[in-house]
Amino acid sequence: MKLWTSRSLLLRFVIMPVQCSNCEQKRAVLKRPKTGHSLCKDCFFWAFEEEIHQTITSAGLFNRGETVAIGASGGKDSTVLAHVMKLLNERYDYGLKLLLLSVDEGITGYRDDSLETVKRNQQQYELPLKIVSYEELYGWTMDAIVKQVGLKNNCTFCGVFRRQALDRGAMMLNVDKICTGHNADDVAETVLMNVLRGDIARLRRCTAISTSSEGDGAIPRCKPLKYAYEKEIVLYAYFKKLDYFSTECIYSPNAYRGHARAFLKDLESVRPSAIIDVIHSGETLSVKEGVKMPVQGTCSRCGYISSQALCKSCVLLEGLNRGLPKLGIGKHHRLHGKILAQEPLTEQEERKLKAVDF
Amino acid sequence: MCQVEEDYNGLECNQEKIPVSGLNRKCMKCKEGTAVLIIRVSDAFCRSCFKEYFIHKFRAMLGKNRVIFPQEKVLLAVSGGAASCTMLSQVQEGLSRDAPKKLRFMPGIVYIDDGGACGRSEDERQTSISQLKNIFTQTGFPYFIVPLEKVFSLPTSVLVPGTSDPDPSNPCYKQAVDKYLKEKQKLREEEAVCAVAQLNLEDSAYLPEHKLALQRLFSSLKTLSAKQEMLQTLRQHLILHVARENSYSKVMMGESCSRLAVKLLSNIALGRGAALASDTGFSDPRFGDVVIVRPMRDYSSKEITFYNRMFHVPSVFIPGLDTKSHDKASIQRLTESFVTNLQADFPSTVSTIYRTSEKLHTVRPPQSQSTEPEPASKCLLCLCALDTTAEQLSQLRLQEGSVDLVAGSSDQCCVEDQTCGTSGCCSSKRTPVQQDLKTLLCYSCRLTVKDMAAVNTLPPYILTEAEKRQRRSQMKVEISEYLLEEDQD
Repeated sequence: MKLWTSRSLLLRFVIMPVQCSNCEQKRAVLKRPKTGHSLCKDCFFWAFEEEIHQTITSAGLFNRGETVAIGASGGKDSTVLAHVMKLLNERYDYGLKLLLLSVDEGITGYRDDSLETVKRNQQQYELPLKIVSYEELYGWTMDAIVKQVGLKNNCTFCGVFRRQALDRGAMMLNVDKICTGHNADDVAETVLMNVLRGDIARLRRCTAISTSSEGDGAIPRCKPLKYAYEKEIVLYAYFKKLDYFSTECIYSPNAYRGHARAFLKDLESVRPSAIIDVIHSGETLSVKEGVKMPVQGTCSRCGYISSQALCKSCVLLEGLNRGLPKLGIGKHHRLHGKILAQEPLTEQEERKLKAVDF
Repeated sequence: MCQVEEDYNGLECNQEKIPVSGLNRKCMKCKEGTAVLIIRVSDAFCRSCFKEYFIHKFRAMLGKNRVIFPQEKVLLAVSGGAASCTMLSQVQEGLSRDAPKKLRFMPGIVYIDDGGACGRSEDERQTSISQLKNIFTQTGFPYFIVPLEKVFSLPTSVLVPGTSDPDPSNPCYKQAVDKYLKEKQKLREEEAVCAVAQLNLEDSAYLPEHKLALQRLFSSLKTLSAKQEMLQTLRQHLILHVARENSYSKVMMGESCSRLAVKLLSNIALGRGAALASDTGFSDPRFGDVVIVRPMRDYSSKEITFYNRMFHVPSVFIPGLDTKSHDKASIQRLTESFVTNLQADFPSTVSTIYRTSEKLHTVRPPQSQSTEPEPASKCLLCLCALDTTAEQLSQLRLQEGSVDLVAGSSDQCCVEDQTCGTSGCCSSKRTPVQQDLKTLLCYSCRLTVKDMAAVNTLPPYILTEAEKRQRRSQMKVEISEYLLEEDQD
């Protein structure tokens, strides 16, 4: 049997420090999820920030002198986004006026905590903050909505209302653009979910880095973090000691998106580049001509952009106000006319729309 | 708060609740016979109506798409599994009928024996082959049994898409059919003779060094996902070669609806977004002269299994690369288990994914229709259009995380540069050959090759074609200022 020398014993038990593969001077403290490179803190910060800068410049997301609202929820994505936007705005002199825009959905125990984080962010980054709430815009908080709708379709309500709330808030503040913290994992999940749902119109649009800005008062929205992995965002926040609120929404476990998310997480464990591969597929697929697509118009009640006579949030609100929670879930185009004309619905229709499973 | 056993009542499902009747449900079509099975969500069929429905679907699929011309030679790719054996029996059924609407093409069968890649022993392979031979000889069609090891003797022409040569005497489908019906009397006697005379076997022996080479190739692929992709590619090339050698202009694959839904989703995960329509659509024209057709794409695996059982369609189960592997062994396997599980909770999953695939198409580069398509504009392995053009390269760099870092000596620094002057930057993981191959491949084939430990284990026809294309692009760079026409490259 070979005798172990004391030196080899020492080497067996001491973890050899790995040098940063970029600067080769400092010790590496992390391994990048995207590439597997071992990097020191500063090189990682630089790589992460540079990639976002290149995303912004190559896609031409902003113009000089614009006012940009950062959708801030207090979670990791928006905290990192606010930090990086402020940093890049100064480092590369984008010439942008930045401010924070936050939406209060009225979820006790979840949103009020995260709003505290946003208020802290406001002080840390010295950016003006505006909070809009569902209560003031629609007269309904998410807690009240869930009591009526149940736990299955509540995410639809929240998502639709939030998008409109962001736009309304942005219009109040007179901004030119909104930017949100959607990261690579979010975009990939959306691609998968749209394929599973068969939503070809959304599938075509969802990988775009910014929404088109064809008039009608719709403020364009963009995703500067589109190519940033969720894990890297967490790594960045961790090493930069950024403070954020990290609980999952209490109403989200039953959402359909959860299936797509679980699948994506599994894919990532099989092949780490799968997230980017899904985004690439989403960008390169093309839809046949002649496939029926919704045409953009305006809602006849509130004037918001809509592909139907009534925009989704008007329909959902109508349903809530009338005690018909399923109005707006599923396809009820024929009923839109009735609602607009304020006609009462037949008994059978009412029965269908009331049934809710908790 | 949230209950686990919630009833799904379907977001898109507007049906009324079906009254739960006992065992004596009537067939929904003829309303007379007792139903023996339920397909889709709640459609009950009796035995004979089901058979009619099944057969009709096959012929409707062929008739609707009108790509198979009369008297055309069509190769049926049979793997021995349930779906392809059903396809075989449908073709047999369609050709044997004396009705005026008889199918009118000349079939052949091909089976690719991939036991060498899956690690099966010689005996097991021979057993499967003899079982399949029994099935094939009963059909009376000419058949070819080709071992996968034959890829090592393929010519490089396999990688070049041929030009489809429209027969000047058959300008369109309807006229072709009319012409055929007129000449039918003359051909009737000759048909029977031809069928028997064409029974020839492809020599299924292979050299032992090819067997070793195949094993080396598959052991140099590190992940199961890459192995499955490579197997799929090689199999396609081999089928294409057999079709070309024996002048078959169409190939029929037996992929069912469920299989195609899984394929669509896993192709998205593999980065094959640009080629989704060709990979999962009815017809796949990427090879030019040989068109791949998927007539079974409307059948769910449940329908196929029931049909096989009820009408005794023979099939042979042959284990593949991912048989009995765990859920996360490969991307394809993971997708399969995901879709199957989701289908249990949401019964419309597979059909929704299938309908999504019908709405996609392949973008054709604008100038390729007039001139002969330049082979270099297609991927070396999968022959789809390259989705890695110059504009997209910058995006790809972002995606791969190869931003120029300070004092850059990252692995990716040599990707775009032609020369790498600093020492040690190429020596780390990449050999120059693998790096050069990258420019010839589409996004997902790049991922497959990235998982290879040694690129030179690829079959010689791929390597020679790669070198040829590189030399050609080098030539082009040298003379680029003198070329007048914008070549689609």
